[in-house]
Amino acid sequence: MSWFEILRFALRGLAANKLRSFLTTLGILIGVGAVILLVAFGEGASQSIQQSIQRLGSNTLTISASFSGGGFGGGGGGGGGQAGGPRTQARQLTLEDARALADREQAPSVRSVSPVVTASSATAVHEGASHTISQLVGTYPSYFEATNKPVTSGAYFVNDDVLAARKVMVIGRTVAEELFGAADPVGRRVSVSGVPFTVVGVLKELGSSGMQDADDVAIVPLPAVQQSLTGFGALGSIIVQATGAGTTESAQAEVTAVLNQRHDITPTGTADYRILNQATLQETVSSTIGVFTALLGAVAAISLLVGGIGITNIMLVTVTERTREIGIRKAIGAPRSAILGQFLLEATVLSLVGGLSGVAIAFVGTRFTIAGIEPVIVPSSIALALGVSVGIGLFFGSYPANRAAKLRPIQALRHE
Amino acid sequence: MTTPVLSVQELSKVYGEGDAQVRALRGVSLTVERGDYVAIMGASGSGKSTLMNILGCLDVPSSGRYLIDGADVGALEERQLAVLRNRKIGFVFQSFNLIPRMSALANVELPMAYGGVGAAERRARALAALEQVGLSDRVRHEPNELSGGQQQRVAVARALVTAPSLLLADEPTGNLDTASTGDVLEILDRLSASGRTIVIITHEDDVAAHAKRVIRLVDGQIVEDRRQAPVDGPPPRMPEVPA
Repeated sequence: MSWFEILRFALRGLAANKLRSFLTTLGILIGVGAVILLVAFGEGASQSIQQSIQRLGSNTLTISASFSGGGFGGGGGGGGGQAGGPRTQARQLTLEDARALADREQAPSVRSVSPVVTASSATAVHEGASHTISQLVGTYPSYFEATNKPVTSGAYFVNDDVLAARKVMVIGRTVAEELFGAADPVGRRVSVSGVPFTVVGVLKELGSSGMQDADDVAIVPLPAVQQSLTGFGALGSIIVQATGAGTTESAQAEVTAVLNQRHDITPTGTADYRILNQATLQETVSSTIGVFTALLGAVAAISLLVGGIGITNIMLVTVTERTREIGIRKAIGAPRSAILGQFLLEATVLSLVGGLSGVAIAFVGTRFTIAGIEPVIVPSSIALALGVSVGIGLFFGSYPANRAAKLRPIQALRHE
Repeated sequence: MTTPVLSVQELSKVYGEGDAQVRALRGVSLTVERGDYVAIMGASGSGKSTLMNILGCLDVPSSGRYLIDGADVGALEERQLAVLRNRKIGFVFQSFNLIPRMSALANVELPMAYGGVGAAERRARALAALEQVGLSDRVRHEPNELSGGQQQRVAVARALVTAPSLLLADEPTGNLDTASTGDVLEILDRLSASGRTIVIITHEDDVAAHAKRVIRLVDGQIVEDRRQAPVDGPPPRMPEVPA
């Protein structure tokens, strides 16, 4: 009795009940395909989120004013915000704060400081084309490096432009397309709320991240936007770049010390500003994504489990239903090994065909972008899904088959 | 005297335990010589099927010895038992027991597949066996496309294709009409005439009349053992076929 012979019996057994074989295969296919696809989806999401965080720049701190009283509606006007209750007067961030942070003596870990004011929804007009820029940022040239925003055509503005409050502008891809279409915007004039700006550069396309279009942005020298749009009030935020990825923590400590001193904040008091550390943010998001991936994995594992129960069920039914056939085979002299081999091979063929087609379907499925996420196949998920489905098929195929093969022929024959 | 094909001593079989205990066989001793054609008769519940299942190595006795061609069956392992069923015994069931969705040819080839016979030889021998039972024109048919008589003839072909020492038939005509019964009995007569050892179970006198020796079982014991024809002669009901 060769293995080839047993394989022929197994295939004949499968062909004898095509619908059942097909449905079993389908169950395994869905289980395996779902695991690989879901894990790939989770991996793709995690990679895309991590990329968009890395685009923000990893060793920067964003300092913004905070009003724990919460009642201050930000108009950027003078006078400062009044915090409710017994708190000391909260102060806005000022250009002087930014200058103090740039002091090498007090903050040696700080590489650059970029004060930022933001005018939202400024309307830009160019030769009849009009576009509302969602973020008009007034800042220093160091902002480009700190926030990782390179230009693709033209140039950045320089410190001279800031000192002279020149009306120059670097725009994002979306703004360029809305106002100029395919034409090169560098050197053209754009009027923002009636003030003419000259476009000097176009930022590299960042792509939209979440709800906000990161390319719908225009960056101008700080005094230029203050003069024409926001007035010389408080800063929206200060972006501090640390000297390296390893010094962000010390930079944060130095910044805290300087600002506490300037804002008269006692060590026990509540700060009137907030420091957002990109590295911390990245860690937080990474762990969130880890939970997310684990969740997807759990869903996938459940579908694999359901698939496995399907295989188990079919195998049990198949063997039980064919106990009589096993009896006949034993009566005409089939050794136990041949019977066991036949059922094992039937189970193996079913789980392998189902599993491999599941892998194939998953490969096809991951070619498509789902909800803006490009799935990334994780090789270990393929091995896991295939291994589990084949393992379940073999175990639950062999267990009842072994039991039936052990019966005396007459017991198996009498089984109905 | 050569070794008897089959020899059982003080065979007994008990089913169940306690109050529900049933003693199906109560010490049966029997010897069957090579070339004999034995009919075992008995009413329902007399233990004849139990005896047959033990003779076919499908079941094990509670006590007693059973020798086939001089080999003690009780001492054999599972593996050797499978070989024994395959080589020495051909079993024909009342309910045919062909494997569904396999052609007549594949069914007849099956014992040889388990016996390790090569594909070409297997095919030739299966076709020869099917010709012997007059089913050369039905080799591609599956069991459900065959009549009862035809199915039983396929089963006979399957039983004899391995050239076993012993052909056992458990009420082979029990589910058949008169014409098919005639066909099957004629085949058995011819096999007997060609020297095959046959043990058949029946409760019909007509069927028993074909045998050279008739054994009657009552309540698990042999009550009658009557010889109708000599062991080495032709079966009694076979005058028309030239020897």
